Formats: sequence, structure tokens, C-alpha cells
Amino acid sequence: MALDLEAVKAAEIPETSMTLERGRLVAFVRAIGERDPVYLDAQAARAAGHPDIPAPPTFLFALETESPFPFDQADRLGFDPALVLHGQQSFSYDRLAYAGDVLTCRSRIVDAYAKTPAMDFVVKRSEIRRGDGERVLVAETLLIFRSAVAA
Amino acid sequence: MSVAVPEPAGLRVGDELAPLPIEPITRTTLALFAGASGDHNPIHIDVDAARAAGLDDVFAHGMLSMAYLGRLLTGWAPQERLRSLSVRFTAITPVHARPTCHGTVTAIEDGLATLALAVRLADGTTTLTGTAVIDLRPPHPQGAA
Repeated sequence: MALDLEAVKAAEIPETSMTLERGRLVAFVRAIGERDPVYLDAQAARAAGHPDIPAPPTFLFALETESPFPFDQADRLGFDPALVLHGQQSFSYDRLAYAGDVLTCRSRIVDAYAKTPAMDFVVKRSEIRRGDGERVLVAETLLIFRSAVAA
Repeated sequence: MSVAVPEPAGLRVGDELAPLPIEPITRTTLALFAGASGDHNPIHIDVDAARAAGLDDVFAHGMLSMAYLGRLLTGWAPQERLRSLSVRFTAITPVHARPTCHGTVTAIEDGLATLALAVRLADGTTTLTGTAVIDLRPPHPQGAA
């Protein structure tokens, strides 16, 4: 099965949105072993000059995982979800997001190409914005689609 | 706890951040991270799914290790100073692995510090490499260009 690169490039990725819940942030912070009270306790966050608990640097990747694309279209796009690897990830930050913020994520495929005969690279770029339109960050994800053909 | 902005005057190319050792990664950690991060890929939490994919066992989410690098950085400078963070995932992290996060200052230019980042396991495997940019400049007054 080979990935349909043209179909991937043309894909429309549904916008996702999320209200940043304090409890979800705290669960994430605990799961990653962070103990700085700024990330766990709204009062400590306010004492440090924040309006509420900030989302740690990588948390907002969660908005991207809210969209099932491309895994909801594996058959149409021609790939085996078990053979997809996360190759690279980058975030470029404009401002912090805080518990209580309502965020939206718009993603699009910016590149898709055959890296080798057995491996396709797909680059997805996502912009996350607050409800007032201010941009929080731009994320770029490199997904590596391996073909199921035996080497 | 509040983290002080590193002093540009005291910072040198080649300076290393204090390494951040992580507790051994348990299956519980993976389950809790799956739930909180929203990455429910069973390959990280369900050994049956991992075996069906031809693996011996589940392995940690790459984004978990990237989150550990985030901890390294926000423990060194306030998060609002973090301009960018990018990583390449170079090897999988098995269950029970003990990662350590490393950062080295590679450039200081125009008030921005560039760091080279790595996550390495106790056996020497490098699982992530990356870079981050930290803004060391005093904050602009509101509305200034």
C-alpha cells in the first residue's frame, strides 16, 4: 500500500477547538512529572504574574490529536496506521495559553513527498489561536509513512 | 517557584544546563500521559496492540520525551521566554527506560540564546535531539515595537 500523496496534499483538515480545562492541564503536568506549582496551582500561577495555570510548552499538541486526520482516512489515502511514525515536531511560540482559554487549531498539509521508495514524508502545519484571534503558536509535525512492502 | 531569566552577561556558548534526570518510565506513566495528552494510540498503552504491530512491548510516546525537554527549559527560564522548541525523534523509548534531558548553549545573538537539546537513556541511546531559542532580553513595555 502506498500513500496517495496528491490526496494527502489536497486534504482539508477539520478545525478543532478546545477549552483549556485546569484539571486537564494538571493531569498532563502530573503525568510528565512537573512539580513547579506554577503549573499545578492557580494561586501560585497568579503569584508568578500569570492569570491562571499556563499550558506547558508541548501540551497544545493535544489540539492536533483532536482531529482524527489522517487516521480516519487511512483506507482512502492508502496507508497502514501502524506504520506511521512521528519524525519531527516543532513549536514556534507567540504567547502563553492559560486555563480557561478557548483555543482553535487550524491545520493544513504543507508538504508531502516520497523520501525513499518505501517511505513518504508529510508535513502538517497548525496554527493555534485564542478566541480573540491572537496567535498562541505555530506547530509543525513531520509524519513518516512507511510502506508495508517488505524490505 | 518562579524561575529567573538567565543573565545574558553571565551566559557563555558551551554552557550546559543542569541535566534533568527522569524517573524510570512505567506503564502507569504511559496510561496517564495518553489520557492527559489526548494521544490514545494503543501502541503506547496496550501490549496486545503492540504485539499485533510486530513489537515485543509498548513504548513511550515521543511527545512524552518532548514534554520532559519542556520541563528542562521551563526550569531554566520562564516559559514566556521560550520562542521555539523543535525536536527530531531518533529512537523509541522502551518501558522502564530512564531518560535524562540535556541542553547546551550553542549561540547567543541579539539577546537570544540557542540551545542544543538531547534526551539520552541510561544505556546511551539518544532518543530525541532538538533545539530551542530563549529570549534573554528585558520585556518590551506594552505597545512598544
